[in-house]
Amino acid sequence: MNVRRVVITGAGVVCPVGCSEEVVWPAILEGRSGIGIISSFDSAEFEVHIAGEVADFDPLDHFTKRELGRLDRFVQFAVVSAESAVKQAGLDLEKMDHERAGAFIGPGIGGLPELETQHSRLLNSGPRRVSPLMIPKLMTNAAAGQVAMKFGLHGPTMSVSSACASASHAMGEAYNCIRYGTADVVICGGAEAALTPTGLSGFQQAKALSTRNDDPEAASRPFDLNRDGFVMAEGAGSLVFESLEHARKRGAQILAEIAGYGASSDAYHITLPEPDGKGAALAMRNALADAKLAPEDIDYINAHGTGTPAGDGVEAKAICSVFGDHAKKLAVSSSKSVFGHLLGASGALESAACIWTMRDNVCPPTINLDDADPECCGLNFVPHQPQERQVDAVLNNSFGFGGHNVCLAFRKFTG
Amino acid sequence: MSDEIRDKVVGLVAERMGVEPEQITEATHFVNDLQSDSLDMAELVIDLEEGFDLTISDEDAQKIETVGQAIEYIKQSQQQSQ
Repeated sequence: MNVRRVVITGAGVVCPVGCSEEVVWPAILEGRSGIGIISSFDSAEFEVHIAGEVADFDPLDHFTKRELGRLDRFVQFAVVSAESAVKQAGLDLEKMDHERAGAFIGPGIGGLPELETQHSRLLNSGPRRVSPLMIPKLMTNAAAGQVAMKFGLHGPTMSVSSACASASHAMGEAYNCIRYGTADVVICGGAEAALTPTGLSGFQQAKALSTRNDDPEAASRPFDLNRDGFVMAEGAGSLVFESLEHARKRGAQILAEIAGYGASSDAYHITLPEPDGKGAALAMRNALADAKLAPEDIDYINAHGTGTPAGDGVEAKAICSVFGDHAKKLAVSSSKSVFGHLLGASGALESAACIWTMRDNVCPPTINLDDADPECCGLNFVPHQPQERQVDAVLNNSFGFGGHNVCLAFRKFTG
Repeated sequence: MSDEIRDKVVGLVAERMGVEPEQITEATHFVNDLQSDSLDMAELVIDLEEGFDLTISDEDAQKIETVGQAIEYIKQSQQQSQ
C-alpha cells in the first residue's frame, strides 16, 4: 500500500494561559500557571475550588448572538482554535478540494453546560420547555460538525471520543485518514468545556482532583511526591494535518511531521491505570514501531502526567520499560503543571507544545516539581526551568478513563 | 395593552434571532427576512409560551409566518381566555 507522509502546517490553541501561540508558549516555558479560584460559578459547596478557566475569551468577539445560541462552549473553543490553525496554515479555502478535507475533533465529554441548563428546565418547567437545540448543541460531534460547516469541509468528519485521550485519538485517526489516502487535509484535535457544577462534582467524587485550594498555582504538580490529583481545565487545540504532497504543492510552511501513532487499551479498570503500565508502554512501543524510530531517537516526551497519585508513577514505569537506559537521558515533562488538565482537549494542546519544543530546541518545564516521587523512576522531568537541548523527535502521551492509551510520535520536518 | 404585546413579541424575536428590535416590523417574515429554520421556530414558540403564559399547538405554530401573525395570535388567545 502506498502510505503517504503527513505534516502539520497549522496549530491553534485556546487554554487557561491564553488563546494564541504568542502568549501560550512563553507562559508554558516560563511556567506561568493558569490555575486559579473558580469564577464561573460558586464552588462554595464543593471540596474543590480551583481550576484552569479560559479567561481571555469573549464569545461575542468570534460569533453573532444567534450563532452563540447554537454553540456550546466547547464548540466555541473548537471553532476559534481551528480558525487560528487554518490561518497559520495559510489554507486557501477557495482553491482547496473540499471533498478531500475533513475534521476530526474529540471532546471527552461534550456539552455539559447545555445539558445542565436544559435538565434544569425539564425539572422546573417540564418537557415542553426543553430547547430543541439541546441535542445538536451537546452532542460530542458538534465541534467537528461546526468546524466542517465553518470551512466547508465535505470529507470525513467526526468526533473521536475516548475521555482524556480523545484529542490524541482524533489526531491519530486523522493521520491514518491522510496517509492511507482518504483525505488530503484534516483539521484535528480536541475541545472541552466541562467545568460546570456537574462536571466538577463528578471528578471530585471520583477523588481525581487536587484539593490544594489555598495555593492554586501549586496544585497541578505532576510527578511530585506531594501531588494530590489533577486540576480541571478547559480549552481546545486544533492542528492542520495534511499530506506532504498537498502541503508542498501549495508551498505551505511545514511545522513538523507526524511520524507515528500508537494506541492500546488497558482492558483493566474504568478509571485506574493497569499498575505496571503495560498498556501505556504498548502505546509507546506501537508509536515507535509505526514511526520506525528506535527508543534512542526520542529526545523528549510530553507526558500525560496529570498529577494523580496513581497515574504518574505508572506512566514513569512505562517509560522506563520502553526506553531502558535511554529513559534517563531523554527529557520528560508535563505541561499540565502549567495549564491543568483539559481532559479530551489535552492531547491537542500538548501536541502543539511538542511542535514548538522541536522548533525552538527547548523542553518546557514541569512546574511545582519540588520533590520528585521516587516511584517515578528518577527521570529528568525538567523541573521548574526549561531545558535547552537538541530535540528532533518527540512523543506525546495521552491516556483516558476506560483504559485508553495513545502515543503520537512527531519529528522535525527535514525535507 | 396591544402595544405592550407587540413590543414584547418584537423583543423576544429580536433576542432569539440576534437582531435589533428596530429591524423588526409586523411584516417581518421569519423565514424570508430572518432566515429562521425549524429549530429557531421551535425555540420562538417556547419563548412566546413562556412570555405570555399560554400553550401554542403545533398546528397553530405552523401557521405563524410573520411577526404580525404572532402578535395577532397572542392577542386572540388572551381575548379568548378573558
